[in-house]
Amino acid sequence: MPAEVDTGLATLSDQLILATVLLYVFAMIAYALDLAFGRPAEASARAARPRLAPVGAGVGAPGAASGVTAGTGADPDPAVAGTGRVDGPSGGPPAWTRWAGPAGVALSWLGWAANLASLLTRGLAVGRWPWGNMYEFVVAMCFAAMSAFLFMQLRYRVRFLGAFVAVAAALGLGFAVRYLHVQAGPVVPALNSYWIAIHVSAAIIASGLFILSGVSGILYLVRKDGSVRLPSRPDLERVAHRAIVIGFPIWTFAVIAGALWADKAWGRYWGWDPKEIWAFITWIAYAAYLHARATAGWKGKAAMIVQLIAFACLLFNLVGVNIFLGGLHSYAEVPG
Amino acid sequence: MERTGPVTEEEQTTAEAAVDRGRPAGLGVVGWARWFWRTLTSMRTALILLFLFALASVPGSIWPQRGVSDAKVAQYFADDPALARWLDRFWLFDVFQAPWFAAIYLLLFVSLIGCVLPRTAAHLRELRRKPPAAPRNLSRLPHHASFSSGLTVGEAAARLRAKRFRVTTGPGWVAAEKGYLRESGNLLFHVALLGLLLAVGAGALYGYRGNVLVVEGEGFANTVAAYDRYMPGQQVSAESLEPFSFTVEDFQATYIAKGDKAGQALDYAARLKVEDAPGVAAREHLLKVNEPLDVNGTLSYLIDHGYAPTFRITDGKGQVAFDGPVACLVVQPATFTSECVIKVPDAQPEQLGVLVAFLPTAVPMGSEWVSIFPGAANPTAQVYGAFAGDLGLESGRPQSVYELDPTSLKKMKPLLMKADPLEVGGRLALPGGAGSIEFTGVKEWIALQVAYDPGRMPALVSAVLAVAGLVLTLTVRRRRVWVRVHEASGGAGVPGGDGHRVEVGGLTRTEGGDFGEEFDEIVSALDTEPRDEGSPAPEPANTEPSTPEPSTPEPSTPEPPTSEPSTPEPSTPGPLNPGVQDAR
Ligand code: HEM
Repeated sequence: MPAEVDTGLATLSDQLILATVLLYVFAMIAYALDLAFGRPAEASARAARPRLAPVGAGVGAPGAASGVTAGTGADPDPAVAGTGRVDGPSGGPPAWTRWAGPAGVALSWLGWAANLASLLTRGLAVGRWPWGNMYEFVVAMCFAAMSAFLFMQLRYRVRFLGAFVAVAAALGLGFAVRYLHVQAGPVVPALNSYWIAIHVSAAIIASGLFILSGVSGILYLVRKDGSVRLPSRPDLERVAHRAIVIGFPIWTFAVIAGALWADKAWGRYWGWDPKEIWAFITWIAYAAYLHARATAGWKGKAAMIVQLIAFACLLFNLVGVNIFLGGLHSYAEVPG
Repeated sequence: MERTGPVTEEEQTTAEAAVDRGRPAGLGVVGWARWFWRTLTSMRTALILLFLFALASVPGSIWPQRGVSDAKVAQYFADDPALARWLDRFWLFDVFQAPWFAAIYLLLFVSLIGCVLPRTAAHLRELRRKPPAAPRNLSRLPHHASFSSGLTVGEAAARLRAKRFRVTTGPGWVAAEKGYLRESGNLLFHVALLGLLLAVGAGALYGYRGNVLVVEGEGFANTVAAYDRYMPGQQVSAESLEPFSFTVEDFQATYIAKGDKAGQALDYAARLKVEDAPGVAAREHLLKVNEPLDVNGTLSYLIDHGYAPTFRITDGKGQVAFDGPVACLVVQPATFTSECVIKVPDAQPEQLGVLVAFLPTAVPMGSEWVSIFPGAANPTAQVYGAFAGDLGLESGRPQSVYELDPTSLKKMKPLLMKADPLEVGGRLALPGGAGSIEFTGVKEWIALQVAYDPGRMPALVSAVLAVAGLVLTLTVRRRRVWVRVHEASGGAGVPGGDGHRVEVGGLTRTEGGDFGEEFDEIVSALDTEPRDEGSPAPEPANTEPSTPEPSTPEPSTPEPPTSEPSTPEPSTPGPLNPGVQDAR
């Protein structure tokens, strides 16, 4: 491993992160404008593309053409019906608001690209995988959350979440830059292993997805059932569930990969280290959520609360364990 | 364990049904025992136990644990002995050896067994059972469609079979079911969890673990006596240790030389010459942090390292009383400033005890010398205490090799308190003709952990199987499809229909899936012309891709039909087909 750090690239990476934060904030504003004014347009778009149905699903659905109809989902969002045409005689919101949503998406893609570039330059600057300490890990996690959202919105109608994902990512990155930043450099020998590509990457992807579901969950609890300009509760529930269904097996894999790595690095595959304990607790909590939904039929608030408890465990494992509890797994290099 | 939903609720057997019946009133000991067993082996109890298991591990992350961070435990006892004693009474420094922790996982273990066995039997029975007959009113089902065609019962059954459904037929109907892997996966998950517990248990009983410190040039043979600390499982005998041995040829550590991360380690590696068994040709092994030495499943890990400067000590009679390396404790990991204790029991006329500070890269700072770098760029040994007298080695009290026994020290005669630092080759004469100390060189030591855990592989296999089972239960849905062919209706009431009316109904209960899509596919597969007529099956027209598609069902809400009001999308008057029955 090269001991030399390309400081030029490292600085570029730091600047790119600032650009990312800015772009996410702009994206957040655009999404917010879209939420505030863009509903009528959104409503008709919604009808054309059923929520969370795959974006081209209607096209190929073979039944209709041959004279078959299966049940059509009822619109679960009273807000949409309510905002049909409530505008005054002036007739609808200003025209530019039509562009707020697409602008939000475009800005988040730009931010996403900057985020990616920042990770890449950091990795190139130090000649290793760019997630060897807590700063890098949080940057990658925010990137994963934004990726999860952006790719999900390509297939499903989840743009309504944009403002909140952008806020979460911007806050996460801001926190990382302000409190966690460490100079780019080589990692301790224990991390100098191909396992970092397996274990930490999986943890990052899973965490990114869990952030998406966590954001949906918080929003779910904040919004009341009534007709507000916020995404509807069933929508939020579906996004959260989908993200967890994908994220959970990846998390499981990350923990097992961690155990395999621990078997190589620490001489045992499981030793109840604080990070191991909390990874396990997080796993149980998400499993409980899935189980509650799948078999006990929990829906709505109760399931969401379980999900948010799991999310809290995830965050505690990241922040709490790295900063307060320590243990073997303390490669986090928290500055301070 | 999972309840499989209404689809299989008929089959819910034994344990759970019994629990719901409540406590046996006045059934005597046997009744109570039976009730207890049923409660213990119910799904709910297993889940609660799993939660408790997670919850019970929390204290293990809050308080330091013996065997992992003994020093911190000692600190607790030093800081607040009363509190520490109370914590200790509740095993909070040994959470994972605590009886209450064991109680939870043993109960979980029993609960799993009691849960899995009847469930497996039920599942096996069910695998041989036929799907239930079609309900009377298919249009009541969450997924429903009807069309007219010449489809016959036999043809419908064949097409469903082709879609890997299990099929039975009756007069005018076909019943088909799929997704048995869901319950199989569920059982696999629970069995694998049992396997995992067993593997961990086997590892603890039949495995062992030991720590040893070896200086460059010295060797280690895997015997109980060779360990500095040896922790065997209950079933391990001293003879069963893998009979390998090795010599540490040399150890290399590289550090970042400059910049603000100067001194951070880049890599460590120890070159070993390993004999897998006595008399076997030796092989080379490069021992690194992530690359343990593996001899038939016994693994040796490099877990720590430090300096072992070598000294030659001549006693008051002019004899060499000590000549060799002294392993030093690292007191400042950033610079590897170390402290060494040399005990010279062979010195004449009196035994000698010497305290040395070892600085790998020494620079003067004021009147002191300090180390500024962990690499041995300017190794310096500074004697800061030399004592003559009885070291107390025969007192029978156990002594640490890293300190002079404090009670003996009080009775020893101080020879000098702080000498000038020595460079390699330097020599210090002890006052009063007590002899001399020569700093002859620098070696390094490595600390190894040797571990044998026969449960490793079984644990891995179990974990992987558990995940596979879990993924199956979470992704596979149990679904049933019924087809009813109204041969008598002869197309009446279906405008444009040329065959008879065919109804299809589908049911699943799991959340979040896309059964709607799959159901549509099934329906369209049924709704093509029968093959034997020779006419090409009309493709379900892919008309205009951009047309709003009203008939795609909300995929992720396969809810009971009553729970959601049927509100057609107001804004899109789609090309509604006549004769179509809306399912909701
Ligand atoms: C059973 C063993 C292990 C478990 C359960 C485990 C769990 C986790 C979890 C949950 C994360 C997510 C990030 C966080 O919350 O901080 C993580 C990150 C990480 N793991 Fe592990 N891990 C294990 C073993 C290891 C080993 C053996 C190493 C290296 C020697 C390692 C290195 C890392 C690093 C570098 C990160 C990212 C940076 C950080 O947050 O500290 N892990 N691990």
